[in-house]
Amino acid sequence: MKISREKAKEICTKSQYGEATWWEILQLKVYLFFSKELAQFSAKNTKLTSLCEHANLQTLSEKDKEQLKKVLEENS
Amino acid sequence: MPVHQLHPENWVDLYADYLFNYAIARVSDSELAKDLVQDTFIAGLKSAKNYKGDAAERTWLIAILKRKVIDHYRKINSKKGKAEVRINYSSDEGEGDWLEERVADPYSKGGDDSIENEELGMAIQDCLSKLPKKQATVFSMKTIQGMSTEDICNELGINPSNLWVMIHRARTALMGCMNENWF
Repeated sequence: MKISREKAKEICTKSQYGEATWWEILQLKVYLFFSKELAQFSAKNTKLTSLCEHANLQTLSEKDKEQLKKVLEENS
Repeated sequence: MPVHQLHPENWVDLYADYLFNYAIARVSDSELAKDLVQDTFIAGLKSAKNYKGDAAERTWLIAILKRKVIDHYRKINSKKGKAEVRINYSSDEGEGDWLEERVADPYSKGGDDSIENEELGMAIQDCLSKLPKKQATVFSMKTIQGMSTEDICNELGINPSNLWVMIHRARTALMGCMNENWF
């Protein structure tokens, strides 16, 4: 049942994407109950998720980036 | 002596997403935004000899992109009359018959929100560009592109454990980077 602080933080991150298992969530909740530091980290992690959603981020695909690199090489 | 130097071989990895977000916020068309980013890089290469090194590489590229966006709008508005705003009166609405009532409310929150979201987006991209490449790629694929864990692992040849460690490190670094202004 006992997990390391780093593992607890990793599970916290995984849960931001809804991909933590029920067992991992249980482990995380137990850890959160005793650790103020993890509670703060969890709050920040949730805030980051919310910021990313609000920012309406866009990104070029790896394929687009490879194409751009090719064009740059041809023009350099 | 110049403070900054150009490294075109790193432009795509370091600035493509940042410039893309900047462009898309102004033209609202992802294909057009891609073209503008490409044009910006090519223009940057062609005018590299004029770079004095006073401004940071990214600032210099953004200045070029700004010109490209302005040129784009000039081009589409160049035909006479295209820039005119046409407003048709409609008789079926009870309110808003007066022209003034049809003008956007300058005090509405909408504009402020979109500016703030754009600033936020640029701040996240700025912090993302400081991460190790693989961490930034995995974070983008998972968080921005919304890809499944399985697809990312297959594409990058990593296992789910590695993926979560990288995402966790990326998020921790992002929290640290954005700490002062956004948390």
